[in-house]
Amino acid sequence: MSTTSVLGGVVKRREDPALIQGTGLYVDDVKLPGMLYAAFVRSPFAHARITSIDASAALAMEGVEAVYTIDDVRHLGPVLAQVPIGKVRPLLADGVVNHVGEAVAMVVAKDRYLARDAADAVEVDYEPLPAVVDLKEAATDQRKVHDDLESNILMTWEAGPFGDPDAMAETRRKIDEAKARDDTVVVSIEAVNQRLIGTAIEPRAVLADWNPGYGRFTVYSSTQIPHALAGAIAKTFGVTYNDVHVVAPEVGGGFGLKLNIYNDEILVAFASQKLGHPVKYTESRRESPNSTIQGRGWIATATLVGTRDGEILGYELHGLCDMGAYSQNFTVAIPFLGVFVASGQYKFPTHVKLDCVATHTMTTDAYRGAGRPEAIYYLERVIDAYARKIGMDPAEVRRKNYIPADAFPGAISPVGFAMDTGDYAKALDALVESDGYREMLAERDRMRAEGKLAGVGLSTYVEVCGFGPSGLVDLGFSWSEYGAPSAFSGSGLVRVNPDSTVTVIIGTGPSGQGHQTTWSQIVADQLGIPLERIRVIHGDSEESPFGVGTFGSRSAAVDGSATFEAAQKVRAKAAKIAAHLLEASEEDIQFADGGAFVAGSPDQTVSWEEIATVAYQPHRLPEGVEGGLEAHAIFSPANATWPFGAHAALVEVDGDTGDVRLLRYITVDDCGNVINPMIVDGQIHGGLAQGIGQAMFEEAVYDADGNLLTGSLLDYVLPTAADLPSFELHRTVTPSDINPLGVKGIGEAGTIGSAQTVVNAVVDALEPLGVEHVDMPLRPKRVWQAIQDAKGGN
Amino acid sequence: MFPRSFEYVAPADLAEAAEALASAEFAKVMSGGMSLIPMMKLRLLSPDLVVDIGKIRGLDQIEDRGDAIAIGALVRHAQTAASDAVPAALRTAAAWTGDTQVRNRGTTVGSVAHADIAADQPAAVLALGATMVARSASGTREIPADEFFVDALTTALEPGEILAEIRIPKAGGGSAYEKLGRRGGHTDYAVAGAAAWVQRSNGSISDCRVALTGVGTKPTLAEGVAEALIGTDGSASAVEAAAARATEGVTLLEDLYGSEEYKAHLAKVMTARALTQAIANA
Ligand SMILES: Cc1cc2nc3c(=O)[nH]c(=O)nc-3n(C[C@H](O)[C@H](O)[C@H](O)COP(=O)(O)OP(=O)(O)OC[C@H]3O[C@@H](n4cnc5c(N)ncnc54)[C@H](O)[C@@H]3O)c2cc1C
Repeated sequence: MSTTSVLGGVVKRREDPALIQGTGLYVDDVKLPGMLYAAFVRSPFAHARITSIDASAALAMEGVEAVYTIDDVRHLGPVLAQVPIGKVRPLLADGVVNHVGEAVAMVVAKDRYLARDAADAVEVDYEPLPAVVDLKEAATDQRKVHDDLESNILMTWEAGPFGDPDAMAETRRKIDEAKARDDTVVVSIEAVNQRLIGTAIEPRAVLADWNPGYGRFTVYSSTQIPHALAGAIAKTFGVTYNDVHVVAPEVGGGFGLKLNIYNDEILVAFASQKLGHPVKYTESRRESPNSTIQGRGWIATATLVGTRDGEILGYELHGLCDMGAYSQNFTVAIPFLGVFVASGQYKFPTHVKLDCVATHTMTTDAYRGAGRPEAIYYLERVIDAYARKIGMDPAEVRRKNYIPADAFPGAISPVGFAMDTGDYAKALDALVESDGYREMLAERDRMRAEGKLAGVGLSTYVEVCGFGPSGLVDLGFSWSEYGAPSAFSGSGLVRVNPDSTVTVIIGTGPSGQGHQTTWSQIVADQLGIPLERIRVIHGDSEESPFGVGTFGSRSAAVDGSATFEAAQKVRAKAAKIAAHLLEASEEDIQFADGGAFVAGSPDQTVSWEEIATVAYQPHRLPEGVEGGLEAHAIFSPANATWPFGAHAALVEVDGDTGDVRLLRYITVDDCGNVINPMIVDGQIHGGLAQGIGQAMFEEAVYDADGNLLTGSLLDYVLPTAADLPSFELHRTVTPSDINPLGVKGIGEAGTIGSAQTVVNAVVDALEPLGVEHVDMPLRPKRVWQAIQDAKGGN
Repeated sequence: MFPRSFEYVAPADLAEAAEALASAEFAKVMSGGMSLIPMMKLRLLSPDLVVDIGKIRGLDQIEDRGDAIAIGALVRHAQTAASDAVPAALRTAAAWTGDTQVRNRGTTVGSVAHADIAADQPAAVLALGATMVARSASGTREIPADEFFVDALTTALEPGEILAEIRIPKAGGGSAYEKLGRRGGHTDYAVAGAAAWVQRSNGSISDCRVALTGVGTKPTLAEGVAEALIGTDGSASAVEAAAARATEGVTLLEDLYGSEEYKAHLAKVMTARALTQAIANA
């Protein structure tokens, strides 16, 4: 596929100089004349009736322009959600508040300090109501979260396989039969996959500017989905897509948090239209945990049945998934992404049933991995427990139960999804046969001999990403609720300018992933034009072709493929022009650095400058060739992609304190072809930090009244570089067969593979003490308690 | 995260600072700002006036005064951590405070004046029997460490007083600090921490002070431990027995990082570790 070594080569990230030097443009850097600032009055209660809102003191403050409540905006409807199952969020609390931090009123003032003071001066009277916070309690429906919904259970996902009730009944029968046999063992773990607060370094920010003369909105937003936002604003305000221009400039981290339409994005547009001024809202770090979506929040039981020699006969994953109070973009669809990978890379019959349950807490939605880390966590924990129970090497048990490499192409997972390519034993073997893994085991044994508690953890994973397929639309995943119907396809436009520089315009934008560099490489590889002469434009609803957005590790596989195809079209046209100029046959034209030449006679060349010049001088073009040198392509993937890999960790536990030290971490990830190894490694590093963060540190803790106890970074412990070992990364390469680049996706793999690896290592370390399970995060107090409980024989 | 509006002054000397402090209804001293600024941004604290002592010359010194080591109000955590003149318990506590940025900005004296229930250095100065030197418009006052820590975020300092310096007696012996941090290991605020100082003579422990942090409402002297250890040979078993009394008289506080039971256990573990190290250092 490659004509130069640019593709697959380490290229330093072209976007970094600006980002590192602080000259990159973020939403909060944008200042427009006459700009006003918004601040929100937020609920201190998880559930309460609003009895009165008195804004008079705030409105009396000099420089306060307006205070809005639901009465001002009810006509605009609730916040649009792509999967509006459950209670969708009103723009501002409507009579009741349903979680701490819910926006009750919006204040607009001349500066942001004043806006905050005025928000504090708005007096809201509440009549507190009982809050339903505990997930298990919520699932019983003893008390309702929303009076007007039939049940707190908003949706139930069931598969095994998905969408085939007869086959599912057969699966259940098989599993029950296996359990009833007296030569099998059954292993079961109930575990919490705790709620996480995805913490982007740039909190969300939005600035809206209504121009009454043009009848248009210009909106700057720190979003992963600028086109969808344009659609949502157009639909909300009854204008056309053409009347909204959304710009997502630099976005300082997304992780799924910015894959939502937020009430503040609509409200600042409303205020701008009303007040005739641009209005900006920048979320503060402190309000972010309760105003931006959270992730995870499952309690599930994983049960596995198998023979004593390692043949797994069935697996069940049954659980509850916390949706929070309101459904936003994809809320109830997130557990479905867990259903997708519930059977992992294995072939055994699998039954999965997940209830999506409302509680009086902040909404959950997509957070790095979104459903997949949860599902893989349970699977890989219980497989380890099974291996331990039958006394078999954990790698061997896994290998024995994999979908074999020769099942591809055409493999269908037990939960019913077609997988692109896979060779699971290859990645596992690359890990367990590495020197590093052997050293880990030897080091563990050495430490144990010294009386220390040491453990090695293993996990393998499969991921589904690169969304696609286009047909997901038929399951309800598209932007049609935002008035911008689309499929999970990708787009790219490649334009060679008259000076032979190249402008690449793409439908997705980065929130740290390095699109500028990766897309330059894809195009440079096709055209033989140096990276420095290529510029990538993204994140602009007006300038870039319609894009679904950057999430689900999909950009390279889908929009990258579209760009690749657009570049091929440009190249084909350039070849025509070159053939004409060189008086050669089109088939003999080849491209190398700087231009085209005729195969077999390398001194017959024409430079890109000449080709571009002629392209823009149509009278010099051959008959039938249009002027200009650009092409657009839409890539419509036939499937998602399925990366996979194997991770291992070495830990030491201080038995006196429960303190866990992560000493070493090795990965083998297979994300198909690699466009830029350095960017791929960077994505794995970040993913690991967030997965290990879940394993060891992070947890959104709510008290019984629904107060978030970990609402600041003082108590919500994020991993830092100093808390993590130097990662040792390896890879295998199994190209995808569903896109021309052969790439899969790497944004989430690190997160999906890592949390259970660390927990498995800690359980391995504590095995001599009889500990079989510890919940995340592996805070010292919890590990110590597990040791005490095991000692006490509990 | 926007503070309420406030006035700001940066006086050139302590006398001027003390006067400024007395001039406002609710004034706060700022040294490194590592705790004050977050509290103001969270609107947990909204002073009318911030008196920034950061521009005052001469406060950034660690001085040997013969019978005591004096730590000035602008000595940063990093400086304390790197000074050979400072006893090991305080040096270590400073080295384990926050991260590099915090250690280069925050001050030892500020940390002690702030008196967070999980802070490191307050326990160390308490175990080392330091004297706090407070300066106000009406003069200078010395407060023994034993009387300094009153409650969570509350010290014996009066509203108009600036903690100008901390004097640590050069009493000899050995000291050490041990903690389990919130991020595990020694990182972040203490889930539980213990600072120990011991004096040995003729093969036995002749004097001892142990202070705990993170487990209760304030840094607290574990008097039972000292009582149990003094007169022993300081052997492992003596340390173990003494450490068992670590939480006598301590009001344990459960928080996100541990139950009372766990904190009580950790207090003993950290006490034993700190004592062992202090004895080795003595
Ligand atoms: C990211 C981060 C991590 C941290 N981790 C830790 C940790 O692991 N362990 C730990 O112990 N601490 C930790 N801290 C707190 C840190 O040690 C602070 O620096 C310290 O608590 C305050 O010192 P300061 O000089 O910054 O004081 P400031 O923030 O300026 O003041 C703090 C308080 O003390 C008062 N004050 C300050 N100086 C004086 C004075 N001379 N006289 C009278 N009153 C005074 C102020 O009025 C204010 O109320 C951390 C802080 C941050 C931001």
